[in-house]
Amino acid sequence: MTSPLEQKKIRITGPSVVTANRTWDGVVIWRTASKGWSPELSDAAIVRTSDEARALLAESVADDVGAVGAYIAPVEVRDGGAVAPGNLREHIRSEGLTIGVAMPAQRQDHVRI
Amino acid sequence: MYAYDEIDRTLINERVTEFRDQVKRRLSGELSEDEFKMLRLQNGVYLQLHAYMFRIAIPYGTLSSKQLRRLAHVARRYDRGYGHFTTRQNIQFNWIKLAELPDAMADLAEVGIHAMQTSGNNTRNVTSDQWAGVAPGEIEDPRIWSELLRQYTTLHPEFSFLPRKFKFAITASAHDRAAIKVHDVGLRLHKNEHGETGFEVLVGGGLGRTPFLGKSIKPFVHGHDLLSYVEAILRVYNQYGRRDNIYKARIKILVHELGAEKFAAEVEEEWRQMDKSALTLDDAAIEEIRSRFSYPAYETLPPMPEQLKKAAHDPQFEAWRKNSVFPHKVPGYAIVTLSLKPVGGPPGDATADQMDTVADLADKYSFGEIRVGHEQNLALPHVAKRDLPALWRALDGAGLATPNVNLITDIIACPGLDYCSLANARSIPIAQELTRRFANHDTANLIGRLHVNISGCINACGHHHVGHIGILGVEKNGEEFYQITIGGRADEHAELGNLIGPAVPYADVADVVEDIVEAYLALRARPDELFVDTVKRLGVEPFRERVYATR
Repeated sequence: MTSPLEQKKIRITGPSVVTANRTWDGVVIWRTASKGWSPELSDAAIVRTSDEARALLAESVADDVGAVGAYIAPVEVRDGGAVAPGNLREHIRSEGLTIGVAMPAQRQDHVRI
Repeated sequence: MYAYDEIDRTLINERVTEFRDQVKRRLSGELSEDEFKMLRLQNGVYLQLHAYMFRIAIPYGTLSSKQLRRLAHVARRYDRGYGHFTTRQNIQFNWIKLAELPDAMADLAEVGIHAMQTSGNNTRNVTSDQWAGVAPGEIEDPRIWSELLRQYTTLHPEFSFLPRKFKFAITASAHDRAAIKVHDVGLRLHKNEHGETGFEVLVGGGLGRTPFLGKSIKPFVHGHDLLSYVEAILRVYNQYGRRDNIYKARIKILVHELGAEKFAAEVEEEWRQMDKSALTLDDAAIEEIRSRFSYPAYETLPPMPEQLKKAAHDPQFEAWRKNSVFPHKVPGYAIVTLSLKPVGGPPGDATADQMDTVADLADKYSFGEIRVGHEQNLALPHVAKRDLPALWRALDGAGLATPNVNLITDIIACPGLDYCSLANARSIPIAQELTRRFANHDTANLIGRLHVNISGCINACGHHHVGHIGILGVEKNGEEFYQITIGGRADEHAELGNLIGPAVPYADVADVVEDIVEAYLALRARPDELFVDTVKRLGVEPFRERVYATR
């Protein structure tokens, strides 16, 4: 995780959100446009410029009681406006464990021995 | 089992009270996260991807049935109904709520369990052979010394703010099941020519970003001097260990940079001049600790009871017995390893129901005692051989009799990117796929002993460097890739594995392992030449050729 201090230097290259864990129970949350937190990614405030990202992160970090470990994370905004996590780590945080999901491209002739 | 005294109980209870207040102040905003972080880490509380993670110490891997039932209760009441046994004989709960942690800690404290020093830059849980006290040929029970070290180092002010975390492991058997050569300090218990108990001291082992095997710096330290000698090591580390660079802060870097000889000389000089009077263990002190361990009242039993002869006709029972049942120092008894590696399951996980079942079976068949091994399996250390068939049926019913101990599907894996905030790549799905590929017991048996270790990042919690086949997850341009090493081992002949070639993508890992195994089967000199011995004999090259010829 990149610390908020280091993220001051970061320039985002695409749509991003601020995410954290809720302090009292650790649940994954996203910063909303109404200066609150939501456990739904779809509620997250989307920022598109580095200045917006830094401002959103600053107000998020200021809420030290409500959230812990706030940072900027990439998202994809799909046709129709649906928001999806921008990388595997965020996908796992958003959608949950991948355990039980079949490996892709399994070799058909496996267990050859 | 070790029975805590009043001092232990007071210490644990006071810690719960203290942490309850700290959590209260954190949730009210009186403590910031920056102020609170170190306090929670001192109690084994990490923040992971999805939630807080609570790591609980199981000193030298010994648990009572009462304690295991309480862990099951915590899994059920405060978490999601399961726990994860780790490579350092700890257990982790992955979904715990900060607000409920003090209650969980209080429940655990009632049975003498705590989470002190399971994280942070201090001396961590002292680990040992999970067969301690019951292994045939063992010199003496290493848990006596583990417990002495545990008491001595717990909350020791001089060891609470070390340059980096610090791990001890102790073995007292010729075959090292405690992986002492990859610990900051590894202690090999043996006797001198006068029959006195002491330790060969190895220092500077460790995995992670810069792996090293421990170097022997003293062939024999008398047991009476164990604490003072360890203190001398820690003083030298405290004085010279790097605090300016987290990647160079472990004692292994100091030993490497100074050289083992120079480091040993520094320790020797510190030890020579220090006041040892308060640290020298007299026989009475050692006996006091020894007396607090209780041992079963074993019966005189036949080595081959009728029940076992009868059950031997059942091939499923035999398959399990051959892989899971091990000799015990007392005739008529056996050590039974309980595989936490079912086909398709996350390695090292146990549900609350399974924990309760194991606790019940421990009461019925193992004098109420359970062990946790660094391979992420459990063991019942005192099972009468006559009870093995009944135990097997009960374990099988609970999904705890997978006959794969020490086989290719007995995989060590860290939680990886599915849980861990440090991980770059997933570990568990790789392990799950490999267990499916090699699910056929006859296939796994044909391959023989083969340890696959998987880490989701360079921190190496899955001990990939010392896996016969080691798998390390890395990130390349946002994608998961895996470096494969072969030839590592963690026992008394410990070696670090060698890289076979460029990292391969997530989807190819299981195929690569199959290729390596096929190459081994074709190359081994005879059916009983173990994989790791074939690699030792032939080197990496033939395996590299096989894996990369078509990639």
